[in-house]
Order: sequence, then structure tokens, then C-alpha cells
Amino acid sequence: MDTSIWKPILYLIGFMAFAGLNAAYLGWCERKGAGRIQRRTGPMEVGFQGLLQPLADGLKLMSKQLIVPKGVDGILFRVAPILAMIPAMTSFAVLPLSGNIQARAMELSVLLLFALASIAMMAVLLGGWASGNKYSLIAAARSVSQNLAYEIPMLITVITIVMVSDSMSLRDIAVAQEGGFWHWNLFRLDLSIFMPISFIIFFICSIAETNRAPFDMAEAESELIAGHMTEYGSMGFGLFMMGEYLNMVVGACLITILFLGGWSSPFGLLPSLGLLWFLLKIYVILFTVIWIRWTFPRTQVYKLLNLSWKILIPFSLVNLLVTAAFLKIF
Amino acid sequence: MTVPIQCRHDETFVLNLGPQHPATHGVLRVKLTMDGEYIVKAEPVLGYIHRMHEKMAEDGTFAQFMPNTARMDYLHALAYNQGYCMAVERAAGIEVPERAEYIRVITVELNRIISHILWWAAFLLDLGGFTPLLYAFDDREQVLDLLERVTGSRLTYCYFRFGGVYNDIDDEFITGTYAFIKRLRSRLPTFYHDLVTGNIILQKRLKGIGIITEEQARRYGCTGPVARGSGINYDVRKNEPYSIYPELDFDVPVYDECDSFARYMVRMDEIDQSLRIIEQSLDKLPDGPIRAKVPKILKPAAGDCYASVETARGNLGHRLVCTGLKNPYRLKLRSPTYCNLSCYGEVAEGMLLPDALAFMGSLDLVIPEIDR
Amino acid sequence: MSIIEETRAALLTLFPEQTKAEEEAEALAVQAAAQAEADAAAEPELVAESAPEEEIAEVAADEKAEDTTEKPKKKPVAKKKEKVEEPPREPGLLDTDHATRGTVIDVYCDASQVVEAAKIMDEAGFFLESVTAVDWLKEEKMEVVYDYNHFAIEQSRVVVRAFVSREEPAIDTVSGVFPSADWHERETWDFFGIDFKGHPNQIRILLPEDADFHPLLKDFSC
Repeated sequence: MDTSIWKPILYLIGFMAFAGLNAAYLGWCERKGAGRIQRRTGPMEVGFQGLLQPLADGLKLMSKQLIVPKGVDGILFRVAPILAMIPAMTSFAVLPLSGNIQARAMELSVLLLFALASIAMMAVLLGGWASGNKYSLIAAARSVSQNLAYEIPMLITVITIVMVSDSMSLRDIAVAQEGGFWHWNLFRLDLSIFMPISFIIFFICSIAETNRAPFDMAEAESELIAGHMTEYGSMGFGLFMMGEYLNMVVGACLITILFLGGWSSPFGLLPSLGLLWFLLKIYVILFTVIWIRWTFPRTQVYKLLNLSWKILIPFSLVNLLVTAAFLKIF
Repeated sequence: MTVPIQCRHDETFVLNLGPQHPATHGVLRVKLTMDGEYIVKAEPVLGYIHRMHEKMAEDGTFAQFMPNTARMDYLHALAYNQGYCMAVERAAGIEVPERAEYIRVITVELNRIISHILWWAAFLLDLGGFTPLLYAFDDREQVLDLLERVTGSRLTYCYFRFGGVYNDIDDEFITGTYAFIKRLRSRLPTFYHDLVTGNIILQKRLKGIGIITEEQARRYGCTGPVARGSGINYDVRKNEPYSIYPELDFDVPVYDECDSFARYMVRMDEIDQSLRIIEQSLDKLPDGPIRAKVPKILKPAAGDCYASVETARGNLGHRLVCTGLKNPYRLKLRSPTYCNLSCYGEVAEGMLLPDALAFMGSLDLVIPEIDR
Repeated sequence: MSIIEETRAALLTLFPEQTKAEEEAEALAVQAAAQAEADAAAEPELVAESAPEEEIAEVAADEKAEDTTEKPKKKPVAKKKEKVEEPPREPGLLDTDHATRGTVIDVYCDASQVVEAAKIMDEAGFFLESVTAVDWLKEEKMEVVYDYNHFAIEQSRVVVRAFVSREEPAIDTVSGVFPSADWHERETWDFFGIDFKGHPNQIRILLPEDADFHPLLKDFSC
């Protein structure tokens, strides 16, 4: 490891910028994408194709007063939005964006990421609880039950990946898949015939974990107004939103690394442009997530929980056993 | 899958749904007593947009109340126009020329279609699907342009007059309407049914939710798509034929499932039927006057009469009491959603909050009509 | 017998006097029909080629209807023509023309009979369309109007009306029979101040809960 002081600082600035830009511009992408899907143009006024819209939104949110309503738990109410943002930001410390861009190559980076994801859930819980609003409280309760339900199949699926890759380091998992798309975990039917199913389970779980439509039970604007964000305005709300987008990015990165070969090029072409391939893959995933959001109606919270407990968890367990059996036999 | 649970009443809390809430589409308030997410008791609280139209009717002449009619059900304003006109015509014994009746039916059915389309969009919004709203508005805009051409307004129409209509329709309206029928027929299977009706999430959320039995529908006086979704073959256009409906060939869609999805399907099928009605009436449209000769100030003979029409939401009744003066002595408006909503408390009991909201959306509430 | 006729017969039980009168009229009609039959037998060219019994039944029904409108009261016709001397309508059952009135049967009963009437309508499978009131300031009374309708048959509206005093307007609730009456009666109480005795939840529905007026009373002004 380089002992120079500059490298960590450079990484810090770089990842902060990457995270911040993503958080801001995913909002723009979402609005543009929604516009296209709905046969309209989306934001057009601020800058070319509305490209400066996130800046304008940010300025507007920052210039607003942070209102702390009467009857809320002051400290928790202020801490919650920060808590929504920090774990997502921290996750970037261990995410390898390409073969040579990774702030800290940890052996147990997979574990760390899931620990951080669980903390993000606490933000929703605290925000909902501290708001002193019944809708927020329901949202908090829903969010916890939903995250608990979906972390289990997600982790079980990750265990299968860890088993076949023989490592808990994201970097090693990605490196193991280099050399063309047939090496990607998604298509490694020789490791486990259930790999595509693992991918689908993981994808569904990551949408649910990041509280995205059609699983946005905590927000559910037609039921719970804005759920845990009902009482938030100004940057409190802004941080929640940015945290949500960052979680999406982290989720997309995880899917890419675990299943889609990380930064490896699909046909072995231009392997040196790892970062480009990586970004391409995560943005395809992010677009799919946006696409799903603007196509489907929202599910019902108890049916969502049923989906996890009655379908995803049994399937992922079977998947785990079959993979283990495969590993033992071959 | 809604499992009735035994709740302890000392552990309930009260949740005020509305009067400002995204799912109540206006200013309805429902006082929910909840146990977790289960509803122990639901009590609609009305009157937040009450304007006492019935008193306004008594204060002015018959014609002066005409603009008020569109301010109640702003989504199917022409049906309110028609209902009121029919009540006054019945009291005063006015005959409406045939062409005027045809024009009335064409415009009312166009209005019914856009009312159903907008309900569909708003309902999907309740369920968390945003995109259909934009598709629906695209189609709705076409009809609004057509109706604006003949009525002069886009939402709160005051188009019908006693004994006819205010303005004749022209060729451009007729060709435009034919074009719209063609357009909507090609879009209904794809944009409406493929994208939304067939969606598994939608079906899972609606099937078996909000069951209003046939008996409940009768005891609560539910009419319109709510009754037809409960297997009751009741449509004022068939049961109490008025205007030119007896001459037209159309079906009344009835579904026996009694759940929210049945009501959804009834409305979607009604769009088809309304298209058929418009097409037939346009084909048959006779020439002739569009308005009967009616005195400027009407003074119907003393007595009372009742007239009811089928709006997009159900049976709209006008009970008109005259005393031989130039103003109505009493005008009672029997609004369909007022009765449809009255069963909410009984049906929503024991439901989950998201189901209760889906059920509320499936009733197709227009709050100004409930509060009048 | 169609639902309407059955309902008519059931509602007629509320008015024993009219029942008697109608029975007499019917007997007369049967006689007249027999007479007509005899006449018809005598003069075959007058009989239509279709089934004569039907014809007779129709004649009888027509006469019956005429009799009912004439015998107990001549008001409906009088009401329209000479409005100057309008004698108050007496309790009874009236067949009305749907094309001009929008109703088929018009029942005017005593205020104590509305619940009974509602039960009859409930048994006949009708639904309650609306409950409302009319304030007759000059006559010093208030009219409570119940509209019933049926899902299964065409043109089946039955209106039941009853008068209550204006000083202390009170009438029995029918919300025990039709739950939909709950809201309609609350609304009527809200607008007219008519007390529905036995109503489970008689509070303001459309007006604010602290309102202390009844706006549809004719002597109300704001």
C-alpha cells in the first residue's frame, strides 16, 4: 500500500465527487427517463436539456429553512437525514470501480457493505419515529419489517456467490469473473444451475432494500403521504433523497460486481477501460430500476413481505444448498 | 389474504386520513381507528367543500341554476346538465327535438369516457403507478378539445338548455369524434389493458379487495359501476330509459366478483360501450332544430317530479318541487357517490390501510358531488 | 304478478279504507268486465282478434286505476289544473305516470307508518334512493320524502311521503331497515332540523359540526 498522504485524500475527494454527482444527477436522469416513458420531455428550462436542474434544485433546497416541527424529537430528527447519507457514502470506500481504483481493498468488504446497508435502514426508522407523525411512524415500522425480510434472501444469495468465488473481498469476486461474459457469475451455470435465479432474487432484494418503487412501502405517497419524509423540508429532505439515490448506486455496483463481472469487458475487448465498462454496467442497471419504477404500480406491504418470506427465502435457501452440493460434487 | 385479527381496543389509535391527503382526491376526510395497519373503524367525515347548491337553486330562477349543475360532478358535468334539464322539462312538459337529444347523448357519452379515463388515471395514481396518468390525459385532451368546440368550456360545461342544447355540432366535431373513436379503440388494448389491466401487481392488489356484496349494495343504495361490479344489472339508461337510449344498441357490463377489480373492469368495459353509443348516434344523427321554443322565464305548474340519469358514477336523481313560481321550491340532488361512499365504513372494517385506499379509489369519488 | 303490483298490494295494506274502496271498485270492474264480456259475446265484431281474456284484464286494470285515482281523492288532476283551490291531499296510495312524474307509485302515509312502509319496500327488494324534506312554510308543516327504486325492473320508483309538524318536526328513523338512510337522514336533519327518532348517530354531516342553523328552512336567511 502506498504510504503517501495524497492517495487517500485524492480517493476521498474523488469518491465524494462521484457520490455527490451521482446523487444529484440520478435525480435528473430519473426525471428525464420518466419524461421519456410518459411521452413528455422532462426538465428543459435550466441549462441545455435541463442539465443544470439538479444545481437549481440543490440551491433551492439549501436556501430553505430547516423546519423542526413542535413535538418532534429534536436530536433524532436532525440526525436521521445525515444517517441516511453517511453509510451510503462510506460504502464507496470499499467498492472497487475498476482493477486499480479502490480506496481500501478490504478482505471482508462484502460484510462491511451489508453492515452499512443496515445502518441506512436506521435512518428511516429514526426519521419516522422522531417526526412524531403517525404516517411517519407507520412508514418506519414498514421500512424495518421490509428491510429485515429482504436482507435475509439477499445475504443468502451473497453467501452462494462467496462460496463459488471462495472470497469475501469484492475485488477478488470481480477478478474471478474476468475474460468475457461467459465467465460472469450470472452465466456460470457450471457452478450452480440456479445462478440466473440468484441474480433475479438479488435484483429484487436490492430494489426492495433501497426502497424503490414498486417496493417503496416507506414512502408510498398515496398511502402515507411521504412516509418518513413527511415532516422534512429543505436539506433534511434533500439528504434523504440523495441517500436513496446513493443506495441505488451502491446496489447497482454490488449487482455488477457480484453477477456481471465487475469491470471486465463482456467480449474481452478493451480490457484496459475497466472503469468505463463498470460505469456502463451500473447505469444500465440504474436505468432498469428507473424503468421499473415508472411502469409498475406499487405492491401492497403485506404481499411484499409474503413475497420475501414465502418465495424468495425458500428459493434462496434451495439455491444455497444446490450450490453447495455442486461445489462438493465437482 | 387479509386475515381478520382480534385486536385490543385499548391499543388502537386514530389516524386522520385527509382532508388533505394525496389519495382522497380533494377534501374528503376519513377518521380511521387503527390497530397497527388494520382498520378497526372507518368513519368518513364530509362537508369540507359543501356549498349548499340546493339553497342556491331555490334562490334563483330555473335557468339560473344551470351553471351550478356543472360545479358538482366536475368530471361528468354534462350528465348533471342533463339530469337537471330533464327534471325541469318533465315538470314543465317541454318536448326536446330529436337532434338535440342525439347531441346530448353524444356529448354526455364523450364526457363519460373522459370521466372514466380520468378515474382510471387517478386510481392508478392511488396504487402508485404514475405513468398511466399521462397517457390518460393525452386521450382526455382530445375529447376536451372536441367538447370545447361545441360547448365553449373545458371542464364545467353549461351546454344544455331547457328544451335542447345551446349550440349545434358541426362537421369538424363529427369528423373529430370519429377520429377519436378510432384512436381510443386502437389505444385501449395496448396503453390501457396490456400495460395496466394485465399487470400482476395490479391484479393482486385489487382482486378480492373491498368486497361489496349484492345485498350490501342494495341496502346502501349503491348504483353505477359499484352496483354493476357487485353483479347487479342496473343502469338507469336501461332500467328507466330516457332520451334516445332505447333506440341504441349497447350492453351493460356486469361483473359478479364484487371486488375492486370487478368495478375496475366495469368501468373499462363501459368506455367501449360509450364508444359504441357515440358511433351509433353519430351515424343516426338527424337534422332538425336543436332547441324547442321555451319561454324565457319558466313557470312550471305546481307539483313535484323526479328525474334520474346515469352518470359515470351512478344514478343521479333530481327531485324537483314546483309551486307555479319562476324558481324551484325545492330541488333535491341525489348524488350517486354520496350513497356509494356510505358503505365505506362497513366494508373497510378489518382492512389494511393500503387495501382500504385501493378500495376507496375503486369507488370513484368526486368530493364536490358528495358534499354538494 | 309483477313486483310493482305486489308492492302496490303490500303498500295498500297501510290504508285499510282505500283497500276497501278499491275492492269495491274491483268488484264493480269485474261486473263491468262481465258485462263487457256479455256485450262482446253479443257483438263479436267489437272484440279484437287476440285473446279476449287479456283484453278484459286490461280493461279491468284500467278501470281499477281510474277508480283509485277518482275514488279516494281527485287531487292529482286537480293539482295541475286549478291550483287556487287545492284541497290538501289525503293519505293514500296513488298510481302516477312515470313519464310526467318520474314515479310509479306515490304513497302518502302518516308519519308513524314510514318504518312500516320501509319494511315493505325492503322485503320487496327495493333500495332507498334518497330521503329528503320539503318545508311548506305557508301550510306550517314539513314533508318528508322517501324515494325507493328497484334494481331488477324498469320504471319502478316508489315515493313515500309523510307530513310532520313544523314546530317540532320529528319522525321515526328508517336507518334500522336501510343503512343508507343513516346518511340521508343525517343530511335531512342537517338541513331541516327534522329529528329522526332512534337515529344512531344524528350529528351534522355536511355542515360544520358547530353549526346552529338549518339552512333549507324557508324562513332561514343568512
